[in-house]
Amino acid sequence: MDWITVLLYFVLVIIGWMNIYAAVYNEQHYIITDISQKYGKQLIWIITAFLLAFIILIIDESFYTAFAYVIYVIFLVAIILVPFLGREVKGSRSWFRFGEFGIQPAEFMKFAANLALAKFLSNQETKIADYKNTFITLLLIGVPMVIIKGLQDETGLAIVFVAFVFTLYREGLSVNYLLLGFLAIILFILALLINNLYLFIFIGVLCALALLFVRRNRKNLFIIAAIGVIACSMVKGTSYVYDKMEPHQKVRIDVLLGRGEVDLKKEGYNVNQAKIAIGSGGFLGKGYLQGTQTKYDFVPEQDTDFIFCTVGEEWGFIGSSVVIILQLTLILRLIYMAERQRSPFSRIYGYGVASILFFHLMINVGMTIGLAPVIGIPLPFLSYGGSSLWSFTILLFIFLKLDSHRLQILR
Amino acid sequence: MNLLSDRKYIIMGVFVFIGVIYIARLFYIQVIDDSYKLDARNQAFRYNTEFAVRGYIYDRNNKLLVYNEAAYDLMVLPKEIKNLDTNDLCDLLGITKESFIRKMKKAVQAPNSPRKQSIFEKQLSPKEYASLQERLYRFPGFFVQSRTLRKYPKKIAAHTLGYIGEADKKTTEKDPYYKEGDYLGISGIERTYEKVLRGRKGMRIMMVDVNNREKGSYMNGLYDTMAIPGKPLTSTIDRDLQEYAELLMQNKRGSVVAIEPSTGEILAIVTSPTYDPNLLVGRARNKNFAMLYSDTLGNPLFNRSTMASYPPGSTFKLIMALIGLHEHVLTPSTRYPCARGYPPLGGRPKCHPHPSPMDLEGAIGTSCNSYFSYVFKSVIDDKTYDDTYKAYANWRDIAMSFCLGTKTGSDLANELRGNVPSIKYYDKVFGKGSWKASTVISLGIGQAEMGITPLQNANLVTIIANKGWYYTPHIVKAIGGNPNDTLLDRFKVKHYTKITDTAIYNHVIQGMARAVESGTAGALKIEGIPYCAKTGTAQNPHGKDHSVFVSFAPKQNPKIAIGILIENAGFGSTWAGPIARLMMEKYLKGKITRPDLEKRMIEGDLIHKPVAEKKVEKAKKRH
Repeated sequence: MDWITVLLYFVLVIIGWMNIYAAVYNEQHYIITDISQKYGKQLIWIITAFLLAFIILIIDESFYTAFAYVIYVIFLVAIILVPFLGREVKGSRSWFRFGEFGIQPAEFMKFAANLALAKFLSNQETKIADYKNTFITLLLIGVPMVIIKGLQDETGLAIVFVAFVFTLYREGLSVNYLLLGFLAIILFILALLINNLYLFIFIGVLCALALLFVRRNRKNLFIIAAIGVIACSMVKGTSYVYDKMEPHQKVRIDVLLGRGEVDLKKEGYNVNQAKIAIGSGGFLGKGYLQGTQTKYDFVPEQDTDFIFCTVGEEWGFIGSSVVIILQLTLILRLIYMAERQRSPFSRIYGYGVASILFFHLMINVGMTIGLAPVIGIPLPFLSYGGSSLWSFTILLFIFLKLDSHRLQILR
Repeated sequence: MNLLSDRKYIIMGVFVFIGVIYIARLFYIQVIDDSYKLDARNQAFRYNTEFAVRGYIYDRNNKLLVYNEAAYDLMVLPKEIKNLDTNDLCDLLGITKESFIRKMKKAVQAPNSPRKQSIFEKQLSPKEYASLQERLYRFPGFFVQSRTLRKYPKKIAAHTLGYIGEADKKTTEKDPYYKEGDYLGISGIERTYEKVLRGRKGMRIMMVDVNNREKGSYMNGLYDTMAIPGKPLTSTIDRDLQEYAELLMQNKRGSVVAIEPSTGEILAIVTSPTYDPNLLVGRARNKNFAMLYSDTLGNPLFNRSTMASYPPGSTFKLIMALIGLHEHVLTPSTRYPCARGYPPLGGRPKCHPHPSPMDLEGAIGTSCNSYFSYVFKSVIDDKTYDDTYKAYANWRDIAMSFCLGTKTGSDLANELRGNVPSIKYYDKVFGKGSWKASTVISLGIGQAEMGITPLQNANLVTIIANKGWYYTPHIVKAIGGNPNDTLLDRFKVKHYTKITDTAIYNHVIQGMARAVESGTAGALKIEGIPYCAKTGTAQNPHGKDHSVFVSFAPKQNPKIAIGILIENAGFGSTWAGPIARLMMEKYLKGKITRPDLEKRMIEGDLIHKPVAEKKVEKAKKRH
């Protein structure tokens, strides 16, 4: 057992619990274990998460490799069925409800997909560079994404699957794909910020410059021309995609890029309030339970997606840096552990865990400080919610289990 | 494979890089940029003002002049209004629906906002408040804030005490202590002693949630400040004398100022017509103010005692006598002829019939215009000075050392300077070197361009009573019960005139005493109290002469000096004299021995009845 990881996990969970208490603190229910309040409920989630972790650790490690695909299919079926069987909660159809508690199967799709991906890529015959294999890999990741976005309309839960890019990169995905993706993102942003005509001219000039520096043979000419045409069509495509987006998504992108006038009472409200809460924390913070912006509901979703605001407001720069450093330490520790695995399955799975955690951290913290678009995804281990805590716990402890058997035979 | 495992460094690098960017960003918004802290405070704190109780004002005998009464402002926080029964509320407040809509609009629009509390209905009386309070729970979003309003047990000294108004934008920009709508002294003592009277506002910081509900006090009140009540003032005013003087002055246009010579304390200061100070308090203030403002006949808002400039007239002859004696161009036995006027200039300025020639005492007693024209000419043509200019400059210097043509520096809010014409002025009017004593001869009898406020007039009498010095006249003698407050230090400095020889004053005082014993004020004796006086008229280019009377009593160790001027009332001895006499008797004896005189003065109406009187007179002639 890697006790460092367990300790980091434990510390983050406790920090989360304390901040949920502060975020929704209610003087009439000041007992932290009061289960009529969210902090009381979170305690139940934490205890059950520990139980889950324990169960995961006692199950034989071969179970996870053997049943990777089965688990994947089970959860795939679950997320397909939820919209039809589950109850609608706040306009969302991604929940199974049990009395006061709810479960969001899509959360568990993360570890299921991670298992399946690890299983598929660890097959010695599988070379990721093969177009066929690349296609299957994309299918494994893409299908849950499409279902979650398409059937449940949970953008946040769907977009997380992008995190597997890091795993794929580590396992040999051509850099060209990543560069292409990167280029696409840059072009997407530029296309929204700069007049398209200038952008076309700019691309043309770049292509012309490139021609000056490479050998002018037919092949290079063709490649540069192709890149130029692709780039231009991407720019054009961006406008098309943007136009097709839903208004609230457009607005979120506008807010992030600072496009046009942002109404701080409407579309800009969340990010502005989050920044005010964090910014007003100062260097040392206002002190535990002394936050006004989060406690008094100025910040929306202050116990779930915007829990980082409570950290920033009450613990200041010191507290928020500590949380980021703790999270990063955990993630880097996981990469270190992944790299020490003999079994590719364990390594790939470990990278998946690290990637998913990092992606959550980046988007979640990024949106509260105005560096990432507002996408509703939780901060690992800190945000209120059973599904996400369970999901991250399962994700993490399966890897811990695999890691504890790393010295055994190759799988 | 080796190549691929190197990719871990790139991945870790990216993770750490983004982590560093985030921490740097956090450092920027949390430590460097202060704007979020301000935003947070504006959002989550509500600053509740605790208004300080304004200091009371007492008279010199600790009788109350001004106190406070509770009033209640109905406040509104538009965002919290729920299920409002508009008709019900309108009935309760006694307002129309239109007015309700107007008020609501005002509360919602800038500079107010739905999230900001503002005054909905000002200054409800305790009675209105009582009936409202019981039903207020039915109107969420409305609440009551208590304020204090000034109250005056006696309807006196309105101009001196001054009134209170609301701070406007200009005030708040000049002094950030005030917020729009705060009360502050606009005139009178309320203004000059504003900082003392107002005390210090307190501030309670309450935390509010996103729906503007109060969530308790911030840091258990660590940063709250208590309101510090304003200090009470002890005025120099004698409430009874002031009240009596106002009674005597009713229905007359003019002013009386009474000063205690030995201290410079103003015992009474009356402007007439005046108004009930209670009129400028509370919700009816604006209406009443407009009403007083539009009274052009009486002009009751005009503070004549410090803001009106009159020719000093006969009073100035006393100063002329002093200057003459001081410059050795006059002796008490100097006699000058009078031919119903000043002979060298063909009987101008004119004079009234009296024996001639007379000595100084006689001239003071009869207020002879011719005599003092001679004196003025001899002062200005004095051979010891090289030319007219030097002599005139000397004359002006001495006159101004009697606090003429300059503000007295009192603590009354607004004061006029008055005027003693300068050389420059006459050069401009007549041309350089083309004027001499005879050109400006009427200065000698306190006419021409000379201007003096009733306060300066009374101060002049004080100087004569003191024989050459005065304390700056003032209206407040103790702050918070402390007579030695540093704010009052300037009233403890003795000012000397340029004439300090008491013997010179004795000649003039003798003349004033004779005016009472056997002169123009002979009918106004006070039994047992010999006093000094000078009656007079001040010519008025706009109409009938002003009735002027200056006096101090008793002759030895004067306790009260009075200067009084009644507009368009003719001879000093008919109106001004009797009122001064009654005031002196009242102040020194506490009772009146001339009820007939008192009755005549109180009933005399010089403002409203001239037309009627004329008719009566005409009728009498016909019979």
